[in-house]
Amino acid sequence: MGSGRLYLAVAVGGFRRYATYRAATAAGVFTNTVFGVILVYTYLALWDEKPHLGGYDQAQAVTYVWLGQCLYATLAIQGGGAEKDLMERIRTGEIAVDLYRPADLQLWWLAGDMGRALFQMLGRGVIPFAFGALFFPMALPTEFTAWAACLVALLLAMLVSFAIRYLAALSVFWLLDGMGVNQVMMITGIFFSGMVLPLNAFPGVFGDIVRVLPWAAQIQMPADVLMGETDPLAAFAFQAAWAVVLLAAGRLLQSAATRRVVVQGG
Amino acid sequence: MQDDAFIELDGVEKVFDVRKKTGFLKRERRQVRAVDSISFTVARGEMVGYIGPNGAGKSTTIKMLTGILTPSAGRLRVAGIDPSRERKRLAHRIGVVFGQRTTLWWDLPLIDSYKLMHRMYRIPDGRYRENLERLVELLDLGPLLDVPVRQLSLGQRMRGDIAAALLHDPEVLYLDEPTIGLDVISKAKVREFLREVNAERGTTVLLTTHDLQDVEQLCSRVMVIDHGRLMYDGPLAGLHEVGESERTLVVDLERELPPIEAAPARVVKVEGPRQWLAFPAGESAAVLVARIAAEYPLVDLSVREPDIEAVIAKMYGEQAEKAQRAVS
Amino acid sequence: MAERNALLDGLRAYRLIAGMWVRSSMTYRTSFVVTVFGNLLVTGLDFVAILLMFSQVDSLGGWSLAEVAFLYGLSVTAFGIADLVLGSMDVLGARMRDGSFDTLLVRPAPVLAQVGADHFALRRLGRITQGAVVLGYALVAVDVDWSAPKVVLVPVMVVSGAAIFSAVFVAGAAFQIFAQDAAEVQNAFTYGGTTLLQYPPTVFGKDLVRGVTFMLPLAFVNWVPAAYVLGRPYPIGLPEWTAFASPLVAAVCCALAGLAWRTGLRSYRSTGS
Repeated sequence: MGSGRLYLAVAVGGFRRYATYRAATAAGVFTNTVFGVILVYTYLALWDEKPHLGGYDQAQAVTYVWLGQCLYATLAIQGGGAEKDLMERIRTGEIAVDLYRPADLQLWWLAGDMGRALFQMLGRGVIPFAFGALFFPMALPTEFTAWAACLVALLLAMLVSFAIRYLAALSVFWLLDGMGVNQVMMITGIFFSGMVLPLNAFPGVFGDIVRVLPWAAQIQMPADVLMGETDPLAAFAFQAAWAVVLLAAGRLLQSAATRRVVVQGG
Repeated sequence: MQDDAFIELDGVEKVFDVRKKTGFLKRERRQVRAVDSISFTVARGEMVGYIGPNGAGKSTTIKMLTGILTPSAGRLRVAGIDPSRERKRLAHRIGVVFGQRTTLWWDLPLIDSYKLMHRMYRIPDGRYRENLERLVELLDLGPLLDVPVRQLSLGQRMRGDIAAALLHDPEVLYLDEPTIGLDVISKAKVREFLREVNAERGTTVLLTTHDLQDVEQLCSRVMVIDHGRLMYDGPLAGLHEVGESERTLVVDLERELPPIEAAPARVVKVEGPRQWLAFPAGESAAVLVARIAAEYPLVDLSVREPDIEAVIAKMYGEQAEKAQRAVS
Repeated sequence: MAERNALLDGLRAYRLIAGMWVRSSMTYRTSFVVTVFGNLLVTGLDFVAILLMFSQVDSLGGWSLAEVAFLYGLSVTAFGIADLVLGSMDVLGARMRDGSFDTLLVRPAPVLAQVGADHFALRRLGRITQGAVVLGYALVAVDVDWSAPKVVLVPVMVVSGAAIFSAVFVAGAAFQIFAQDAAEVQNAFTYGGTTLLQYPPTVFGKDLVRGVTFMLPLAFVNWVPAAYVLGRPYPIGLPEWTAFASPLVAAVCCALAGLAWRTGLRSYRSTGS
């Protein structure tokens, strides 16, 4: 019970920390909106040439774009969430302090990142989405259940997103520097999450592969759940499975890293 | 104004517009006079301390003297140059050290910064080699030259910064809090070095600081600024009179006695046979001692000079009181 | 005369600082090669996206893959050059917040040159290389009846485009002086701009095209001249000579950006924030 309150406090801290940067948030809203407009036009042209590409109609493609812009910062698609601080702490050795805290390392960082994600969604994601809904035809559900299911999918997406980035951050224990990992994370994040093109529009075998990778849990699943393109329970199962696998891998790597710190004395 | 004035300020002012949040979206604009009509001159080769509490206007003055900020009003000249108009020309003749941030390239080895300064300031090769060698020796930088600046300790970095500021033989050196955060040994090193530079090269030094020991050990002249106004300008010793400060006479009597009566001195503390008496700094200690010796059984005595910290605090206190009275 | 001296001063300072960064990055050769390669990959992703689109369709907004590649190559090469030269400007806001901006003002060199050359990174050659490769492919693949003016227009577009994007970077830096935390806004114009120009103008709404032609004239990086080279009508009717106006537009943009930068710097020096 007491520990639950602790992680809640950490999450609130994560939320507040990002909430203080108002100008930066406004700038992010603007940038996401501009990118959304550019993408919407290219997608409309694409779907104009090939209607029902990936099973979406034009309105659904537009909805996908704005959901992607809404989740871009929320899920730290190209990095820049809690893992950035974690990497820095590992690099400087300050991580040793965290290990002595009477709290679970993974849960601690997860809580902080969830707070951050929640703020990014409310502060930075909602406005571009609303802008899109206002100026472009979107395929938004009218029933409450679809929205509720989408929220669950979002929550699971946040878990998977964190789990991927946590693994990347822990690699710094061995690599001693986050430059390379960050670059890889950026490439995979943008591409395999479907930031440039919905994954269901990827062709052939390549498309079959990217749709089962963990990144598919990030934008594609919540979008499909929102627009009723998939069975929500199947989507949840897919997301939850990846979350469990990746978080477990994170724990394994974490204990290996902890041993390393203890053996090396920091 | 003196003929040999190297730095001249005449009625210099700096007014900032400050926007303060007063509500969710409401903002209040008001003007803050960071520097309020300051005039002084510094002669070539002088070493002057520029002191005052946080936010008094010290850094703003330095920023105007280096050309970073443009004064709102008044006349300002350094080596005959108007800093805000000819910032780049002035840069060749001044050296600047900011205590809290480095002018060195953070991610690169120390020597890279020096090599770049060499070219950027167009220092003749021979002169550069000579200066670098001397500075490396005096500031003990030899083992640090190949270390990236971000890996240096604060004291090491400060020495590195001071060397960088002096490579191009500036005629004046501005130091903004040069000993802030340094340990005792680093402070002593920096002070000793500054004394030498001033004595050997005749470099004019203007030093802002919190640390009054910097001023006590380095400067024959001190300027005190508060709320943007120059409160005092003169020798260090004179500060005591202006501040109406008190000296302390510590007397050891033969035995425990009731508090000594010797106006205008008053007893501030009694501890067994030892008594502490405070008296105005302007009064003669000799007269007071003679009077006490005549009436009390004296064993030993000593006189303590007030530390400037207390003097300045008192000065500020009086100012604040005056301001209070003016308001109410 | 004074203007010319300031320009030479700036170029000299830029060369000195950039040279220092290049020498320092060369001390770790393998790491340098790896980052150039990584940069090439990252920036190549948006072309992969275009290839994926064309795996599903034969044309986009009526333009073929080779034609879109032509736009892409021009946009990315021009942007890559500007990014190589001035890409470090986005840390300006951070430098103002931590106060290290002041240290630039006490050095005997133009501030713009110092900010632009800071952390000069040759790894940004990755983007230029990638853009040039795609442009090379497009030049071979497009169905164009090459005349002398059309041939000349290609290098003219790259150079003018780089100048226009550089102007955007400088204007963005000037903006950061006023809104230090809002550095990301300039990404909308820099990265957003280069992304926009990778697609045919026919894809976008007329109002957007008008805005990018007349207000923020990014269209002169490639859209307007490329439409002429490819013999395609520009969505909003423009006289033919405008295809050759890019250098002029670039010059005006640079002048305005320079003015904005000066205003910003003057404002900083009078307000200290």
